[in-house]
Amino acid sequence: MLLLRDRSGKDKGAVEGTATWAPIDRLGLAICWTLGLLFCAIAVAIVVYLLVQGIKFLRPEMLWTPAAAGYSEGETGGFSDALFGTMIVAVMGIALALPIGVALAVWLVEYGRPAGLARVTEMTIEAIAGIPSIVLALFGTVIFSSTALGFLSRTSEGVVFGRSFFAASAMLSLVALPLIVASTREGLNSIPRHVREASYAVGKTKAATTRRILLPTCRPQVTTGAMLGLGRIIGDTAIIVVLLGATQNFAPVEGVGFPFDYLRGAGTTLTNFVYEASPTGNLNQPQKAYAAAFVLLLMVLALNAAVDVVHRRARKVGTWSH
Amino acid sequence: MEEQFETEYGPKWSDQRVERMLGALVVGVVGLLLAMIVTVFVRAWPSFSHNGLAWFGPGGNVDDQLNAIFLSGQNGLEYVYTFHGWPLIWSTILITGGAVLIGLFCALFVAVFIVEFAPEWMTNVLQPVIRFLASVPTVIYGLIGVVVLVPFIGNHLVTEPQKASVAGVISLTGYSLLAATLILTVMITPLMVSIFSDGLRAVKPGWLEGSLALGVNRWRTTWKIGVRSARPAIVAGTVLAVARAIGEAVMLAMISGSVGFSPNPADGLIFIYEPSRPLAPTIVKNIDQLSSPPANATLFAIAAVLLFSAATFSFTGYVARRSMRKYGTA
Repeated sequence: MLLLRDRSGKDKGAVEGTATWAPIDRLGLAICWTLGLLFCAIAVAIVVYLLVQGIKFLRPEMLWTPAAAGYSEGETGGFSDALFGTMIVAVMGIALALPIGVALAVWLVEYGRPAGLARVTEMTIEAIAGIPSIVLALFGTVIFSSTALGFLSRTSEGVVFGRSFFAASAMLSLVALPLIVASTREGLNSIPRHVREASYAVGKTKAATTRRILLPTCRPQVTTGAMLGLGRIIGDTAIIVVLLGATQNFAPVEGVGFPFDYLRGAGTTLTNFVYEASPTGNLNQPQKAYAAAFVLLLMVLALNAAVDVVHRRARKVGTWSH
Repeated sequence: MEEQFETEYGPKWSDQRVERMLGALVVGVVGLLLAMIVTVFVRAWPSFSHNGLAWFGPGGNVDDQLNAIFLSGQNGLEYVYTFHGWPLIWSTILITGGAVLIGLFCALFVAVFIVEFAPEWMTNVLQPVIRFLASVPTVIYGLIGVVVLVPFIGNHLVTEPQKASVAGVISLTGYSLLAATLILTVMITPLMVSIFSDGLRAVKPGWLEGSLALGVNRWRTTWKIGVRSARPAIVAGTVLAVARAIGEAVMLAMISGSVGFSPNPADGLIFIYEPSRPLAPTIVKNIDQLSSPPANATLFAIAAVLLFSAATFSFTGYVARRSMRKYGTA
């Protein structure tokens, strides 16, 4: 709708005022303003409420004290394990989703043969985006409780426990995957054909062109997709509740060595901690829930800001069309 | 130079090889989805086959049934599968439907506002706000619902006579359809707004100019031409929001009330204060029962219903967006 109102803001031209509108049209515009301001108010209310509660209840030592059993909120420690848990699933989930997502996008845009398979793949990614995470979690229990994958979690008396950082991260990567694919595809599609042709003309193969020219060019979009995926991963609760375990501490499985023992064991994340510590959860420590929710919200805000920065930088670099 | 030479002729990164590797990965991902669908339905089969269509019907207390199913498997008795899921399905329909209807109304106006009528400073505020609301973790919405909205409804909106009138049946504490629907609306509206406004921005300027040239004012042009041409985007956004709402588990587990009760609109307005529990939160609440085989089958049956409905909705959204491309509004 460029012509109704110039987006660049340079040349506004004569835009008709609302004075000549029928009352019903003006009422509609009033609804627009009301709803717009309402959503701003909701966002501000969420941030301010959690900010106030967070400042009131967050103690720095909570960030490095693990949760403990106790009778009052003063005795139950902090949520350091949950904080580390969030970081672990974020890193592992993205480490899995990013290469797969970029590869899928490259295949869809640059290869895409046979056409039937391309369409099926598109639909698959669409479907994965639409599958509720609780269903992914249940599917995860089937995969990771199988004896073949028993080494990825705790086994006792022949029964595979199926709950570990490996299990949770693998399923969480599916949550991030569609966002990464969509964003990378958008980036690849925005590169005009002549760039590829120039590369082929100097003798580069398709694979080399993709790796050396196309992927570096659409790095901002890949980064955006990864950060959106990251936001989903750290915000997901259902998969964590089902696949990471009903514990508030790390529960390493003895055996292989330092990092793997922890990753094979159950654990917790901030979302799980908030869920359990909320008044409806098993722990029922609302003050800690506020504090953890505040930390989680800060992470989300930081990610949002980072997405904005990447966007702005990508726009500053400019596009291919002149 | 040397590197280029290698990427050009080296057997490691030859074109055919890369294409085959990527193709294998693609087939793997498609296979994973198929495996998931098959697994969920195979696991769910005992529950469906024992109940037939009665699975979806009303009858008895669904919480008692779930408990009996769990205990029969846990105590080594003969497995019980009897499950009548209507209260859970009805709750899902009410909460999802309510949230999507309110959300559709709000999202249309907000999208029109952002694309067309908001002054520039307002657009610059609204867009990040919408993106922020879309990225807030659901558990935070749940927490705010539990500590702010639920007590407010329980203490101020529900009157004592109303509480007394249903005292024998259910207690009205604020964990209610109303709370669940409102919070869910805030969660899904941003998703709709972003898809709607993409659709509105892509409407061909010529169509709008034509209307303006005929002397139609900006407001009516936007609604009669802009919104109508962006219809595929509106369908796509709405069905994706439905799919998201159906699958929402944790937030609803926190504030829907978690009672297998079906609120009856025939009771009058009081039904919006009644607690219930949709399908997805039922899985979260009973996740500890997975070790009992009949309970496992029942939970997978619920997951199968969720999977089927979410897949149907996202497929509809996919088709709608494809048709959008055809009209050039995507």
